[in-house]
Amino acid sequence: MTAVTPAAPISRIRLPGIAPLLVLASVAVMGGLVILPLITVFQSAFAKGLSTYLAALKDPDAQAAIRLTLIVAAIAVPLNAAFGIAAAWCVAKFEFRGKSALITLIDLPFSFSPVVSGLVWVLLFGAQGWFGDYLVEHDIKIIFALPGLVLATILVTLPFVARELIPLMQGQGSDEEAAALTLGASGFTTFWKITLPNIRWALLYGVLLCNARAMGEFGAVSVVSGHIRGQTTTLPLHVEVLYNDYDFVGAFAAASLLASLGLVTLLLKTALEWRHAGDLSAGRKR
Amino acid sequence: MPVTFPQAANAESSALALDIRGVSKAYGRFPALKDVSLQAHDKEFLALLGPSGSGKTTLLRVLAGLETPDAGEVRFGGEDFLSLPVRRRRVGMVFQHYALFRHMTVAQNIAFGLTVRPRAERPAREAVKARVAELLSLVQLEGLEKRFPAQLSGGQRQRVALARALAIEPRMLLLDEPFGALDAQVRRELRRWLRELHDRAGVTTVFVTHDQEEALDLADRVAILKDGELIQLGKPKDVYEAPADPFVYDFLGAACRMPGRVEGGRLTVADWESAAPKGAPEGSVEVFFRPDEVAFAPPDGAGLGAVVRAIAQRGPDVRIECVIDGQTVELEAHGPALPPGVAPGLALRIRPLRPRVYAS
Repeated sequence: MTAVTPAAPISRIRLPGIAPLLVLASVAVMGGLVILPLITVFQSAFAKGLSTYLAALKDPDAQAAIRLTLIVAAIAVPLNAAFGIAAAWCVAKFEFRGKSALITLIDLPFSFSPVVSGLVWVLLFGAQGWFGDYLVEHDIKIIFALPGLVLATILVTLPFVARELIPLMQGQGSDEEAAALTLGASGFTTFWKITLPNIRWALLYGVLLCNARAMGEFGAVSVVSGHIRGQTTTLPLHVEVLYNDYDFVGAFAAASLLASLGLVTLLLKTALEWRHAGDLSAGRKR
Repeated sequence: MPVTFPQAANAESSALALDIRGVSKAYGRFPALKDVSLQAHDKEFLALLGPSGSGKTTLLRVLAGLETPDAGEVRFGGEDFLSLPVRRRRVGMVFQHYALFRHMTVAQNIAFGLTVRPRAERPAREAVKARVAELLSLVQLEGLEKRFPAQLSGGQRQRVALARALAIEPRMLLLDEPFGALDAQVRRELRRWLRELHDRAGVTTVFVTHDQEEALDLADRVAILKDGELIQLGKPKDVYEAPADPFVYDFLGAACRMPGRVEGGRLTVADWESAAPKGAPEGSVEVFFRPDEVAFAPPDGAGLGAVVRAIAQRGPDVRIECVIDGQTVELEAHGPALPPGVAPGLALRIRPLRPRVYAS
């Protein structure tokens, strides 16, 4: 029998007293900056009882805001998912000129302020914008209307899906697709039966993050919204409007919905990372 | 070590299947294939042999339709292959890393080529099942149909990839380094098995390898590529015994190399003079011989004067390190062929049995 040498233990720096101190500091910061505000949100929302809370959510303006938020996300997220898949596909599986420029462009919305992402649409489609006259003439409303909200949201959330998929698809290479083609599959069948199943969990992960951001986006949406109550206020804008009106229960009730969305997203995200870590990214270790 | 050759499956007599003419392909300014022409007969087992970067895999991918050549012609069974898209060529390809569909079971992997056919040509569910079972038994993987690729060993994965490629009843089988990712033991086993499988299935097969032993052992004919050019094409025995140039000689096995001269049909290497091999070029030459194709003689015999420097036993063979004309040369001998009393410091003569001579 050959002796099995035990794996060398991972050496850890031991500084007595330092570790507990750091843990304590981390917990204090997390508690103070994250947990406490979260508790406050729900506490303030329920401050005047459950019935007031429900009434605040049943308010027509609140209902309209919820509906609008869902509509915007329902349009923006699938479009960005489609864009993300397309962009990741061509970056990962093909060689072409300007590839690195495309990757940089995809990341661009992350690097500038969301306000800018809203403002560009005003500059393009606002009354004084490049296409302003044309739009007024033909009675097409983009700014201060649903299309503007969707455009602003799409721009802000553009990178989420693509960024999840690019490293994964690059790691997977295109051998499986090539194999499917040699076996007689059409391009569409190959995409549907090979490419998509291979990226499904990462896609879901990206969509989840994209959706959370799309529903929670404030800055960009604020610029193009015009804050018309019951018409162009999404949930985050609704919170602001109510808060400025000193309707704290209403504001926090709406905020509690957003906070819940955040918690659910976090839960699903953690579950995905736990169950499908290997499928999320070929090179990433979690 | 003696090299054994398979019996060529009377390739000559059968019809021409694959006809590659003047194929060139460049990636940017890097030429991957330069004017390659070669033919394969029906049911032939052809090896594309070469070091990495020699263009062998590119050529294979051109045959599969995964790369489009810049120039040239590829015909298969008289049909213009280049005008056919990948999916209509019906070639079974086994990728170097198998490219199994990781989210499908073994059975689903094998059935894929059948289930993606247009509805009119698609076999019935039962027929697909029967075909999968048949292929599983062919590749000796019965009972593993419900496993996923990640749950298989390398050798098993390779056999699944082969079964998947065979499922579509391919007109030609393309194998990209089929044994590259396997350990030596499994590799040798699979090699014989693959050859038998080929002989039974009767499909024209082209396989890519960088392992000369594999190519010489398996193929009916070997095509040797270097820097995108076809250097030599022939039966393993012919290629091994008459390499076209020093590169091929070196690539096909261990080689000893000495400078020499050919004048008036006489070859002179160091202090040894003999009749030059047939067709040897005149003038200054490079002389090659295999380290195990030598005869030993006493110092007053014929051959290159040598002094033994070291001896090492390596299994049944003995490695003898000699100094010939100031140059260290490693020779190999089987126990019985060993000169008597061989020890470091012994002077003897070494006569290459089959020297090859190339103009230098």
